[in-house]
Amino acid sequence: MRKKMFRGRKYFIEALWEGLLKISGSVTSIIIILIVLFLFSEGLGLFKKDVIEEGYVLAVNKDNPIKDLNSQQIKDVFDVKIESWKELGVDVKDDKIILLRLDDIPNYVPEEEIAEDMSNLDTIINNIIEANPGMIAFVPRDFTQKGFNAKILDLGTINLKEFVTGKEWFPTAHPAAQFGVMPIVLGTLWVSLGAILFALPFGLAVAIYSAELANKRVHKILKPVIELLAGIPSVVYGFFGLIVIVPLIQKAFNLDVGETGLAGSIVLAIMALPTIITIAEDALRSTPRAMKEASLALGANKWQTILKVTIPYSISGITAGVVLGIGRAIGETMAVLMVTGNAAVIPHTLLEPVRTIPATIAAELGEAPKGGAHYEALFILGCILFIITLIINLVVEYISYKNKNKVA
Amino acid sequence: MEYRKRKKISQASAFWVFRIMSIAVIAILFWILGFIIVNGFQAISWDFLTKMPEDGMTKGGIYPAIIGTLCLTAGSMIFAFPIGVLSGIYLNEYAGKGWLVRFIRMMTNNLGSIPSIVFGLFGMSLFVNTLEFGDSIIAGSLTLGLLALPVVIRTTEEALKQVDNSYRTGSLALGATKLQTVVKVVLPIAFPNIITGLILSVGRVSGETAPIMFTAVAYFLPMLPSSIFDQVMALPYHLYVISTSGTDIEASRTMAYGTAFVLIAIVLILNLSANGLRRYFSNKVKTN
Repeated sequence: MRKKMFRGRKYFIEALWEGLLKISGSVTSIIIILIVLFLFSEGLGLFKKDVIEEGYVLAVNKDNPIKDLNSQQIKDVFDVKIESWKELGVDVKDDKIILLRLDDIPNYVPEEEIAEDMSNLDTIINNIIEANPGMIAFVPRDFTQKGFNAKILDLGTINLKEFVTGKEWFPTAHPAAQFGVMPIVLGTLWVSLGAILFALPFGLAVAIYSAELANKRVHKILKPVIELLAGIPSVVYGFFGLIVIVPLIQKAFNLDVGETGLAGSIVLAIMALPTIITIAEDALRSTPRAMKEASLALGANKWQTILKVTIPYSISGITAGVVLGIGRAIGETMAVLMVTGNAAVIPHTLLEPVRTIPATIAAELGEAPKGGAHYEALFILGCILFIITLIINLVVEYISYKNKNKVA
Repeated sequence: MEYRKRKKISQASAFWVFRIMSIAVIAILFWILGFIIVNGFQAISWDFLTKMPEDGMTKGGIYPAIIGTLCLTAGSMIFAFPIGVLSGIYLNEYAGKGWLVRFIRMMTNNLGSIPSIVFGLFGMSLFVNTLEFGDSIIAGSLTLGLLALPVVIRTTEEALKQVDNSYRTGSLALGATKLQTVVKVVLPIAFPNIITGLILSVGRVSGETAPIMFTAVAYFLPMLPSSIFDQVMALPYHLYVISTSGTDIEASRTMAYGTAFVLIAIVLILNLSANGLRRYFSNKVKTN
């Protein structure tokens, strides 16, 4: 009887323990799902936001045939880059575009005429627009209610196409913020590809040296060196880059500012080295000894064996290392933020300031009001980053899966 | 003869190139370390480590940042270590080879490669805004804990894998249950390696900036936290601030060198102690 109870309790504890383990095991999956949920739910609100500032409208004369403007055009109009209606493709009696903001109203109407509680502002704005056929007004929606018969443009919401193909990132521009991710995405790719270009030859050389040539003593130095390189915090790399590499580049290329894509690439290359080296070295070491010995027995020397047997055999592992290195470079925040200069323009050479996705988030999130379009746009950038790393991971997984099958 | 000579020369030159490039990589590390240690050492004094920052962070010390980093790191480990170790035990000892386990492994790998700034965004959205912790030690610790979790899981799994199967079968054959086997036989053997992994993940967490930027840290806060819902200063963020956007960047340069020195020192000490532990235990216990 007692024995039975003991067994029952034992069974209960075992079951409890296994349940606990299962829950802990599933935590990472739950976190990933939560990350996706929170990132996308915060970010996707952007595409429900109006093109111009919330609570405002654009109004034109009711004879104006224009139907719709995109955010780029609105910005150019209010920056006085576009000055005539013809440039926007419409015929208006008075071709010159006249801008009207709330501040401009006293230029048209003496201030005494405006009621203290602004109750007659609707009519005043209406009259000004009616008197000027070429006018476009940027006014609060509240002042376009009673007796307002000027045409209010239906601008719709920020759309995905403009977000993806837009060439300008001015999240605080007035009246229409510009959320074009093109320069930021291209900046990220430029800096990361530059980094891999620097890191690849060094990474491969060290991996080959360490796996094939180094004796035990050298290996004992190399391994901790690489572990240390991986362990140094990214903000320290950024600090080093800012104080040493940036001035060096400025002097070497005779530039006005040393904070360039090149500086970012060099710092990132150093940071990506440990990833590339460890994975490539593991891959090289996994080459079966019999294969190498067969090659040597056939009269090939060590270098020929490495070149024709070891590298081809481990090429998929090496590729995985390189891809993961790119992933690390794309996601790196602090070091890049500190050395690349953060200009949101499409880069043409590596000697210009550029800005990457993580650096943009880190630099701007503190100033973006919660729930606003800017805040949401930064979350969308986070989603893009997440998707990129997911793809990179799947690629690596696929490579190692294929590799496993090959060995089997 | 001609061919043999060419073969020899190409091998010799290729190997020399590899050797030089490897030396270059070692040189880069020592350049970075040397630069920060030489410049930072002058800034280090007892006052620097134990005083509050003064004069727009151009003078004084970094005491609150050190304490802040300690709090954040400890908090993240309290969260990540138990869950990570349990998860590692599950993956290595209990889970079979089904699609579910493959999925969990894939998710763990994915979590490990998500950029730290994405953790920052997520932490801000979940802990700071949704759960309304505000910028606080607890929000920052949890965010950092998420980041450390895959590292802890992976090292636990690796450590458990190294335990020879004969220990498990032997224990089970003596009538022990699976729970008893894992807790009394497998874990003690794997323990040193798990601890080494823990130390290394502490090193990684203590230097992270992006995840705590929007969840925990304050730009300037010359006092110590009194509860887990307080904001803190932290070493990595402090270094970022005083080297890029401080009130007087030139004047706070010495402070920046000192802070970088402390950060590097933490990583060096943790790495060395992890290596030392590994060596000490591997002499003592034969893992397989």
